[in-house]
Formats: sequence, structure tokens, C-alpha cells
Amino acid sequence: MRNAVGREIPDELLTGGREVFQGNAYRDGYTYTKVGPTVRASVMSKETKVVADIRAAIEACGMKDGMTISFHHHFRDGDYIVNQVMQVIRELGLRDITVAASSLGSANDVLAQCIEEGIVTGIQTSGIRGRIGEAVSTGKLKTPAILRTHGGRVRAIECGEVHIDVAFIGASSSDEFGNASGKNGKANCGCLSYSDIDARYADKVVVITDTLVPFPNKPASISCIDVDYVVVVDEIGNPKKIASAAARITDNPRDLKIAEKCAEIMRATPYFKDGFSFQTGVGGPSIATTLFLKKYMEEDGIKMGWIVGGISTPMVELLKEGLIGQLADTQDFDMGAIESLNVTPGHYEVTTSEYANPMNKSAYVDKLDFVVLAALEVDVDFNVNVITGSDGILRGAPGGHPDTANGAKCTIIVAPLVRGRIPTVCDKVVTISTPGESIDILVTEYGVAVNPKRADLIAALDEAGVEHVTIQQLRDKAYSMVGVPDPVQFKDRVVAIMEARDGTILDVVREIKPYSYDG
Amino acid sequence: MRKPEKNRLRRTMMFMSAQKPALVKDAYIFGADSVILDLEDAVAENQKDAARFSLYHTLKSVDYGSTERVVRINALDTPHWAEDVRVCVAGGADAIRIAKCESAKDVQVIDEAVTAAEKEFGVPEGTTLLMAALESPMGIINALEICKASPRMFGIALSGGDYRRCLHTKYYPSGSEMLAARGQMIIAARAAGVQCFDTVFTNFNDMEGFRAETQLIKEMGFDGKSIVTPKQLAIAHEIFAPTAKEIAEAERVVFAIRENAKKGVGIFLVDGKMLDIAFVEGAERTLSLAKATGLYKGDLV
Repeated sequence: MRNAVGREIPDELLTGGREVFQGNAYRDGYTYTKVGPTVRASVMSKETKVVADIRAAIEACGMKDGMTISFHHHFRDGDYIVNQVMQVIRELGLRDITVAASSLGSANDVLAQCIEEGIVTGIQTSGIRGRIGEAVSTGKLKTPAILRTHGGRVRAIECGEVHIDVAFIGASSSDEFGNASGKNGKANCGCLSYSDIDARYADKVVVITDTLVPFPNKPASISCIDVDYVVVVDEIGNPKKIASAAARITDNPRDLKIAEKCAEIMRATPYFKDGFSFQTGVGGPSIATTLFLKKYMEEDGIKMGWIVGGISTPMVELLKEGLIGQLADTQDFDMGAIESLNVTPGHYEVTTSEYANPMNKSAYVDKLDFVVLAALEVDVDFNVNVITGSDGILRGAPGGHPDTANGAKCTIIVAPLVRGRIPTVCDKVVTISTPGESIDILVTEYGVAVNPKRADLIAALDEAGVEHVTIQQLRDKAYSMVGVPDPVQFKDRVVAIMEARDGTILDVVREIKPYSYDG
Repeated sequence: MRKPEKNRLRRTMMFMSAQKPALVKDAYIFGADSVILDLEDAVAENQKDAARFSLYHTLKSVDYGSTERVVRINALDTPHWAEDVRVCVAGGADAIRIAKCESAKDVQVIDEAVTAAEKEFGVPEGTTLLMAALESPMGIINALEICKASPRMFGIALSGGDYRRCLHTKYYPSGSEMLAARGQMIIAARAAGVQCFDTVFTNFNDMEGFRAETQLIKEMGFDGKSIVTPKQLAIAHEIFAPTAKEIAEAERVVFAIRENAKKGVGIFLVDGKMLDIAFVEGAERTLSLAKATGLYKGDLV
């Protein structure tokens, strides 16, 4: 069945109430009942929840074949938790496990091996990269992987589409009862926002830390009321890979040009006024955009109300300078952000549900004025791909991209027009991860294109004298430079489902076919 | 083939190694007035032919829009310059920058080679402009004859690194070490009716130092600055842009002179200052610069 963004979704996937994507507003007003976890009460007092090791915790949880387990990705490339847990699961001979993580990266490559061995037969995640992406794209995973947005993951758990049997929550510090934090330890990550939903909805919750602190460990992101067991290990991760000393501000002139143009465009819109709200990431032009904004805020005598999402040191500095009112933090990209969390007035943690869950009665993203996002590909309908590479292999993360893009009043994509020989702006993206109806403006180093449905923004840019072209012109420019690429070749089998944030199917990713000149 | 423009706007002339396709494929996007595709110091001795290959295809296949394409060729004491000239002309470069120029003779040697190449490749004679880099005391002393050495000449540029070495000095933030050279050059350039450009500022992180040096040479009368990174562009353009006050003043001056000329009045007051026809050229130049940089949309120029 063809969905609202023109993608053909196989009928066999449309079972159990699953529908194709029918536009961002399709499930506005949707009524549902939240599920809940099965809890084993602890009526009588106890000294500790600490057990001997991960194996003891898994056994105490009664883990069996076919269960679903979860992890968070706050430790990023420095994560040791997934590897340690999967090693024990392998030793115990468990099979047919589904891993429902908030995201998976190169630190979790062990999962690729687990997929090949049949230990892991299901993957549900926001990000998928490295060897795991290759394993899924080449058809090694028994069931189609489910790719969700950050908000969509919370929604799926609360609606009961995914039920977590055991959540393993790595924590920088914890007390004996499981009040767990991303601070106060040897390897700190700051927030534990992505784990909040796991702690509240999993049947069994295991906190794994390398720093046991006296009770009560406060402030705690994870409350002891939800925790069954605590395990103390030697190391939860590599601190150097969890967070850099300070997020680097790009000195790439191309990125700087894009960042400056992006800030200029923001200033030209009616939303650039005292108290405005903003989100951006940490890579490429993102942080530089924040610094160009600083210049314009000072010139115009206005301040930013709040930032939500991933936080880095330059944002903390602007908060301290009084140019930003509040930082609603969902993850911390560097040591400056980690140290500031809960310390600098106005810098606090929000859960992923508060941040982006579309089935809440509201979420922070719904109040955003601006979001600045990256893209691997953007097509002439403004659909964005951040999940598959130009070779068709899974190597990205929708994360909060579709959530914030839908929520913000002005969604800006920043991307170079070409990367090497790969055009970023194209006729059709390989996989749609954010629908074009959510995207308002595309900024490249070669020019700016505004989604034609935003006549108001076009008028605002014209009024401010900011030049813009059609997205077709940008595509033509890209193609004139690097040529028109041949389509990626796929087999029929679906290896991953790209869910829209409301749970409908936005797109599917099929098994990759080795390139052949015969097509 | 583009028409030669000797007096075009050249606030910024940005160096890019011609050997690096990833850089030169779109060096125009940053908005420098001119890009200098470098065959000289940025290219290793054993890579000169590869750089020429990359240069030729860039000139032939990339549309630089309104950005001028100047090529810095190797100096006359190298075995490379003659082939460099042929490639520039064959590719259709707008101009050639002569490195280490010391005399009118140096310019004339290149001029003859360019003329021969224009014949060889069917390019209308005189299409390819020339500029000279003065890098030694002898070059500075001969600045005037260099400026006047060929009708192709549109300007001279100071090359600071070599010059400071020759002078037994180094970079000082005050610019005192370059004062004599800059003064001699700007006078020679104006006497000959060509443009004058300052040297590069090589500390990429010292934006305040760059700003101060650019302000100094702007006050001295220079037309533009050589730059080495796009990060320096915005500051240079900001300094060379006329202020709103200067534009308004220039508008009033041009208007008053034209109105009074109709009435046969030669000398008059504007804003309490005494003016005559001698002021019109400066005021018109300010308005032309303002128009070229998008700051003036009127029709007095």
C-alpha cells in the first residue's frame, strides 16, 4: 500500500493495527490506554539490591529465550554495558533475544556477532551504525529491525507495542537501592533521559555502575522505586569516548558559511524575538550556528528563552552569560555540559517523554520555534534521509530529528550540497526518515531553498533580502557537479521498518543487493 | 570568454592551491571578489604538472560566476612559467599574477608569452590581464615602471613574507616594517592608474590583527587585501564597505555638484563644507563601491 510520502509499504507488514503513514496530523487526538510493567513488590525492608555480577542479575530477573531487553546510548562510543551484558547472555546460551535500545553505535558491534549467531533476532532502535547496520542490511537479522524516533520509542513502550522484560541501565553512579545518576562517577555522561521510560515500563530493571555511592544518591535520574537489582562492575565505559573535553567548534569554512547563513535566515523570520526557543545538534555547522546567533541576539538586544535537546559547552556559556534562559537537557555532548547539569541555575534534565513523545498531552518539541538539523540526503519534496547511506546500508539515526522537525515552527536543514561524489539534494532519498511536510528550509553552501508550502517564510526572507532558490535548482546544481547517481539496488526482502513518530510506517529498508552493472 | 575588467571590485583576492580539486571546484562560493589559483608556492616542485592539469580543467569546466579567476604562475627564474602561461591562456583565466616581479622587463617577458599564447589558442589579444607581485626591495623601487610596463597591467600586490626577509625584519602589529613599501606602492599605483593590493595575513586565529592591518591599508588607499582563508572575507568586506554616513554624504555631494553645474556655479557649500568639482570623483567612487556591494540602490552612478 502506498503511503502519504509515496512509499510502497508491503501489505504483510500491515498487521495488528499497524498502518501506513498518512501525514503528520493523522493521529492528532488519538485515544489510547497506557500499559504498565509487572512489578515484584518489596514490602519488607532490605539492606541492599546489589548482586554479585551481571550474571547473577540476569538469573535473578529470570531471563529466558525470546525476551526483550533494553539499553540506553548515553555512553555513546565509550559504552561497555552492551558488550558486558551480551557476553553473559551468550555464556548462558540464551537465544532469540530482542534488543530494544534507545540507539546503537560502533561501541555495540558485538551485537552484529550476536545477530549472526541467532542470539539476537530482533532490533528496535533509533540509531544503527557500523557492523550492526551492515548485518541488518545484508539480511542477517531474523525479523525486520524497527527504527523509531526518540519520541516514537517512548510512545511504542507506553502503548505496549514493545514490552521490555529487562532493562539494563548503565549509570555513572548509583547507591545500593538503585538511585542512579549520570554524574558523580568515574565515567560521567550527564543526563540519563533516554532511560527514564525503560525504568518506568520494564518488568525488571538492572542498574549497572562502576561507582557505588552512599544512599541516597541525589539528584538521581533513575529512582530506586523502579530498580530491582544493582550490579557493580569495574568499568561502565571509556570516559574519553563518552564525552569529549569540549565540543569542538568547526573551523571548516564550508560549515561556517552554512552556519552563518542559517543564523541570518533565523533572524529574518518572525520567530526571532525575545524568548525564542531553539534546538540543534553538535556536529558540523550546528554549534557555529549557535555562536552566530549570539552575535545577532546581542545586536538586536534579545535573549533566547530556552534550548532543548543535546547540550554542549558553548550553550552552557551562553546560559551563564544570561543570553539563554534555560537548558532543558536530554543528553550531554561534552564535559562542560555534564558538569553544568543540575549545577548551573536553569540547566536541568528532561525525560525523553517530556522531550518528544507524540502521544503525550504535550511535549517540549511542540513549543520549539527553531530546530536546526542535519541530513544525509534531502529530496525535491523536502523528505530527509538520515538513516541509510548512499550505498543503501543502514548507518544513521533518526533520533529526535522527526520529532523536532514536526514540532518546531521553523525547521532548518543544514547540509553541504555534495559530499565527495554524492549529491545531498536529489530526486528521491533512499529512505525517508523525516517527511518533507515537516521541513521548512534547506541551507547549503550553494544556496537556500524554502519549502513552497511556507509562503510566510518565503515572504519573510524576501523582505530581509535573503536570497533563495528552488530546491530543484539546488538538485540541478548538485547533479551538474557530480552527475546523477544510479539507484541503489535492493532485494525484495524488508530488513527494517522506518516508523513515523506516531507509529505508522513511513518507509521500509530492503536487503542490499551487491551492485551489478546489469541492474 | 569574459571581457577583461581592469578596474573591477577587488576587495579580496583569495589564494587557493590549484592542485587541490576539492578546493578549487567551488572556491567561488565564499564570495571573494577574486580567487587566485596558485601554481607557485602552494604546489610542490614535483607536482607542477599535476597542478596545471587540475587548473586547466577547473578553468574550463567550473562556472565561477562573477568571481574573478587569477592564476599565480611560477617566477621567471624557474623552468615552469612558460608552460604556466600557456595553460592559463588556454583555460581562459581572467588574469595572471606574476610572482617575484622586479622590473618592467619581467612584465614584458610575460606579456609577450601571453600574447603568443593568445594567438596559439585563438583568444582575442589583450583578453588576459596581468598583475605583479612585488616581493623584494628592487621590486618596490621599480614599482612605477612595473605598473606602466604593459597595457594588460591592472595592479600590483605586496608579498610580505619575502619582502620582510629581504629587509631583515619581521611582522609587527603596528605595520611599521611595511610602511615604506606600502607607501611607495600605493603612490606608484595611483600615478600609473592601476590598483594596489596588500599582502596576506597568515595568522588565521588572530582576527583582530587581521582587522587592524586591513583597516590600515584601507586608510592608505589600497584597493584590496590578499587573503588565505574564507574566515577573513567578512572582515575585509566590512572594512572596505563604505559606511551609511559616507554613502549619504557622497550622494549629497554628487547631487549638489551636478545641480550647481547646471546653474553654472563652480564652488558651493554642502553640510557646511566648501566643495568644487574636484570632490566628484571620490564621491562617485564611494557610490560605485556601495552599489557593487549592494549598499546603494540609487541611480547617481
